[in-house]
Amino acid sequence: MYKSSILKTKIFTLLRICAVFLTLTAFSIPAFSQEEHAEGAEKKFEPGEVVLEHIADSHSLHLGGHTSLPLPVILYTDKGFEVFSSSHFEHGHADYTGKYYTYRLINDKVNIVGDNNTVAESSSVVKWNSSLTDLSITRNVVSMWMSIAFLLIIFLSVSSAYKKREGKAPKGLQSFMEPIILFVRDDIARPNIGYKYQRFMPLLLTVFFFIWVNNLIGLVPFFPGGSNLTGNIAVTLVLSVITLLVVNLNGNKHYWQHVFVPADVPGWIWPLWWVIELVGIISKPFALMIRLFANITAGHIIVLSLISLIFVFKSFAIAPVSVAFVVFMDVLELLVAALQAFIFTLLTALFIGTAIEEHHH
Amino acid sequence: MNPLVTPDIGLVFWTTVSFAVLFFLLAKFAWKPIMGALDDRERFIEDALSKAEAAKEEMSRLTNENEVLIKQARLERDAILQEAKKVKDQIIAEAKEAAHKEGARQIELARIDIHNQKAIAMADVKNQVAALSLEIAEKVLRKQFEDQGKQDALVADLLKEVKL
Repeated sequence: MYKSSILKTKIFTLLRICAVFLTLTAFSIPAFSQEEHAEGAEKKFEPGEVVLEHIADSHSLHLGGHTSLPLPVILYTDKGFEVFSSSHFEHGHADYTGKYYTYRLINDKVNIVGDNNTVAESSSVVKWNSSLTDLSITRNVVSMWMSIAFLLIIFLSVSSAYKKREGKAPKGLQSFMEPIILFVRDDIARPNIGYKYQRFMPLLLTVFFFIWVNNLIGLVPFFPGGSNLTGNIAVTLVLSVITLLVVNLNGNKHYWQHVFVPADVPGWIWPLWWVIELVGIISKPFALMIRLFANITAGHIIVLSLISLIFVFKSFAIAPVSVAFVVFMDVLELLVAALQAFIFTLLTALFIGTAIEEHHH
Repeated sequence: MNPLVTPDIGLVFWTTVSFAVLFFLLAKFAWKPIMGALDDRERFIEDALSKAEAAKEEMSRLTNENEVLIKQARLERDAILQEAKKVKDQIIAEAKEAAHKEGARQIELARIDIHNQKAIAMADVKNQVAALSLEIAEKVLRKQFEDQGKQDALVADLLKEVKL
């Protein structure tokens, strides 16, 4: 059963990756191909560009109309830290010369402009550039901090309500949150982890509410919403790495025995077995990362594409159709927001459960 | 590589830091007291339920005990009543017996008295009869010996019997 679940996860992961890449290329190819046309006709509306710009991170916070709030750019270079306002870039129209280098914003990413106008990208997970690492407070970071402030206000007040109204029935916000907390405990943690669930409750609750609240904030189209935090691969990467670490650091003897010295497997197969198990260990959180990222990003892309239809057709007649579809999608996304938070937490609990399960062979 | 699927190091960094801070703050100041309060309340409710169950059992136990007590009291009362009845009967029987005995004694006394009186009376009567008989005999004799001839006859008779 365990093996088949691994297999299933792998197939799902593969399918998901394919689906995501298909979606992304479908949107990015027209976006990039139209870019070339855009050079000539300045005002032509490019839905792909707009959609990608909205779901990607940004160095400024769009407040509405032409107003946007510049955010601090924090760069870690090989010569030291460099901090300045993103307003210096004038939305990518100007270079900024700091203490150590000259920087240019290309596709909302900071690059170093060298001599002879050569451009060096800031380091990424795939290509490390020791001279520039971008640690800026971006739109997503601000959005995340707002969501964290929101979560802290909500749950600290709920927590104080429990202290103030000790031994009494829950009331107000407390009674709204309690069933959700109990849901996480009784329907996610307990059935999947077992009697040791209490140790993992803080993590599961934090993950659940963090994802859910950020999913919901992402659905709000204007400030303080408008960001795509849980649809950003960096955020889902961190969340899934946390799951990976928690699962494997809590893995008991049986779990590691199953990975390294499987009892009912002949010795000569073990090296192959280790590879498969390693892939299984990595692929489970990897699937979590892709699932959350793809679901939320896909929702945003669909909503933005539907809105873009109005501008593509340049007609008010299409607006009611677009709006009707967007409303439908938003309602669906409302469900997806809760569902993805639930699935992420549920699977995390499930993985923890399999890692700390007491086997009785 | 597509920028969408390339994690930004900055965002990874800030997410890690922010999530860690959020986790520790919530874990310490929200989840711990909330989960504690929920557990406490659940324990309290469970406790209250088991206490109610115990109270119910105690109640039924008391009711049973009461019933037993009532039954016992009833039995005791019956026993006392029976005892009283027995005592009463005994007293009555004893009284009856005593009365019977007293009556018998009285009758006996009366009988003896009557017997004595009768004997006295009989003796009296006998005396009177004797006196009367003597008187009568005297009278009869007097009458018979009124005339001389009869006296002579008798003497003659008597003399005839005497054989010399």
